[in-house]
Amino acid sequence: MARHTLSVLVEDKPGVLARISGLISRRGFNIDSLAVGPTENDDISRMTIVVDVDETALEQVTKQLNKLVEVLKVVELDESASVQRELLLIKVRCDASSRAEIVQITQMFRCNVVDVGLDAVVIEATGTPGKLTALLDVLDPYGVREIVQSGLVGVARGGKSITDRGRRSA
Amino acid sequence: MTVNRAGDSATGLRDQAPRQIPTPADLAPAVRSPAPPIEVTGAQSLVLSLEAAGAEVVFGIPGGAILPAYDPLLDSVKVRHILVRHEQGAGHAAEGYASATGKVGVCMATSGPGATNLVTAIADAYMDSVPIVAITGQVSSKTIGTDAFQEADIRGITMPITKHSYLVTDPAEIPAAIKEAFHIASTGRPGPVLVDITKDALTGSTTFTWPADVALPGYKPVTRPHHKQIRAAARLIRESKRPVFYLGGGIVRAEAAQELRELVDLAGIPLVTTLMARGVVPDSHPLHLGMPGMHGSVAAVTALQKADLLIAIGTRFDDRVTGDLSSFAPGAKVIHADIDPAEVSKNRGADVPIVGDAKAVIEDLTVALRADAEAGRAGDYTAWRERTRGWAQTYPLGYRPADNATAIPPQYVIERIGALTGPDAVYVAGVGQHQMWAAQFVQYERPNAWLNSGGLGTMGYSVPAAMGAKVGEPDRTVWAIDGDGCFQMTNQELATCVINKIPIKVAIINNSSLGMVRQWQTLFYGERYSNTDLHTSAAGSRVPDFVKLADAYGCVGLRCDKTEDVDATIAKALEINDVPVVIDFVVERDAMVWPMVPAGVSNDLVTTARAMTPVWDRDDDAAEGVH
Repeated sequence: MARHTLSVLVEDKPGVLARISGLISRRGFNIDSLAVGPTENDDISRMTIVVDVDETALEQVTKQLNKLVEVLKVVELDESASVQRELLLIKVRCDASSRAEIVQITQMFRCNVVDVGLDAVVIEATGTPGKLTALLDVLDPYGVREIVQSGLVGVARGGKSITDRGRRSA
Repeated sequence: MTVNRAGDSATGLRDQAPRQIPTPADLAPAVRSPAPPIEVTGAQSLVLSLEAAGAEVVFGIPGGAILPAYDPLLDSVKVRHILVRHEQGAGHAAEGYASATGKVGVCMATSGPGATNLVTAIADAYMDSVPIVAITGQVSSKTIGTDAFQEADIRGITMPITKHSYLVTDPAEIPAAIKEAFHIASTGRPGPVLVDITKDALTGSTTFTWPADVALPGYKPVTRPHHKQIRAAARLIRESKRPVFYLGGGIVRAEAAQELRELVDLAGIPLVTTLMARGVVPDSHPLHLGMPGMHGSVAAVTALQKADLLIAIGTRFDDRVTGDLSSFAPGAKVIHADIDPAEVSKNRGADVPIVGDAKAVIEDLTVALRADAEAGRAGDYTAWRERTRGWAQTYPLGYRPADNATAIPPQYVIERIGALTGPDAVYVAGVGQHQMWAAQFVQYERPNAWLNSGGLGTMGYSVPAAMGAKVGEPDRTVWAIDGDGCFQMTNQELATCVINKIPIKVAIINNSSLGMVRQWQTLFYGERYSNTDLHTSAAGSRVPDFVKLADAYGCVGLRCDKTEDVDATIAKALEINDVPVVIDFVVERDAMVWPMVPAGVSNDLVTTARAMTPVWDRDDDAAEGVH
């Protein structure tokens, strides 16, 4: 099993998210994360789906996705040839004595403190899943009160767009 | 639409007396050519759309939410509505119609329970790739999500079992939804499409124009196979010593039987036809080894096991064919052609995957093999053909009445129905022992002559599907070969058949039990018959009495319980063509379906009868290097 990131262009129609998530779950594929958002084209949404499957299952999941009438394109994003990010909001326990340390950590990880309270701060961090895990490890001793994390989004490096002709579909 | 309304005001049309509402028949001529949009209700638009899509028959039942659609339906001269007695019957009838004719079948139901009653038939159509369009009424768009009376999220419920589905809340979207539904259902790998239409969309006013095209950017089935793959396939065929054509229902749906015949005769390669493909090559063809799988012929099962190449077309390596997958055809390379890319290499990895329509694949393969033959490099399969023919001769399909049996052997009834009725008829089975016997002992000589529920295994398929087939093919004799268990699940459609003059013939293979389950209980559960006795003939109890039941419906009811009366009873049924005939064939209860490969084990373990395994020539195998 290995993590694979699929970028899926879909028609922005009601029910399309249910169709895709339903397909993945009923065919027994493990899904790590799923993120949906608009694209440069109003009628098209883009999903980034991270699945934890072997090569055979990956082929099957992409073929099954391609069969859906509302799916326009499925492309696998290679980790080294793409930029992949998650957004993480962390509420950390924080008083006067620890505030400086925590701010220092956020600077080291190049993330932001977006809310400060008397006994807690909210940190906004973006990055690869690896970086975010490292950040959480460091913050853990201070007392993490809440974590909210987005699904992974990714885009291929270089000038080509996913909609360019000739780009190999997964 | 907006422009049109403005135009109406400008000409003062709105100030006139209320206009006569046009009937769909009045408006029908406008459908043929691009005409200015017509003011209609959503319901009228639906009926006009069905007419424009070429629907001739709709099987359905009205109810609250779909009620508006039934009003204009009454006036349609092009679309015949057949009122069924249960929505499941409507769904299977649409399937039977589609499977017998190759056209799209249509069923209609109201919201909530009407729609959920269609679910089994939709799932059945999905598994067997049957092109049907299911139209359901839905509660008004304003009340969706409020648990309104007869509300069910049928689109959500059927999402896993439809090829595609629509929820239409705007009457303006009805024509496009219907056009797309018919297009999607009938192209690529066929399948069921659901169109759920809210009541307010049906009652709302709109304009009707039949769209010239479908706008489906994400739906482009590949039909033409890649020439590189065809060349690779031809090379494997040329180099193989023990090839077998493994032919599936996709060829029936692609209407490619004629092209297939040319390929098979040219190649001279032994062939098997799956349960879904019976008749796609005539059973009388000398290269035909029969049906593979759990109850396949020894020759078909063995040929696949010992092959060095499977040429699989329009088939999906279903577990009922492969048995234990890891030991299926262990020495074979695989050419796998299917219109659905997701089927290729899904269960068994393909050495040469081909995506394309079966007809196009077969045509291209024929061209490639002919070129090889002309170049004098075609494969020579003489020895292999002889070997497979030897298996077929040594282990023919057959049956032996149980030692103490006095009742009719069920296989005999089915064999005689086939023999006396002939290959032009349509044979529609339910699910279970009688289905397997009907697949084995009726000789099929043409595609679309054999209809059954293969993938889902839906008991109750037979009577309504036979009804649909008879509506689509009124000039053919249509036999429902059914079990006493299956028959009781959907026999209410006999009322539909009588009232609508759909004279099907029903042969109930009555062994007074859920026969296939009983067979498994005999073989694998120590003859402990838990809940399989139906009391329909054994020990003098007839609940119900099928002859009286037939009579009550206005059918002709016949009973046959002696082997010597079988032919005369069938002949009598064949003479009656104005009303449905129901024959209660009281048959031997302990008859079992053989050959059999028990579930989940290797096909090498095929048994021809209880505890009887074919004896293989081990030296022969060793020489070939197969186990």
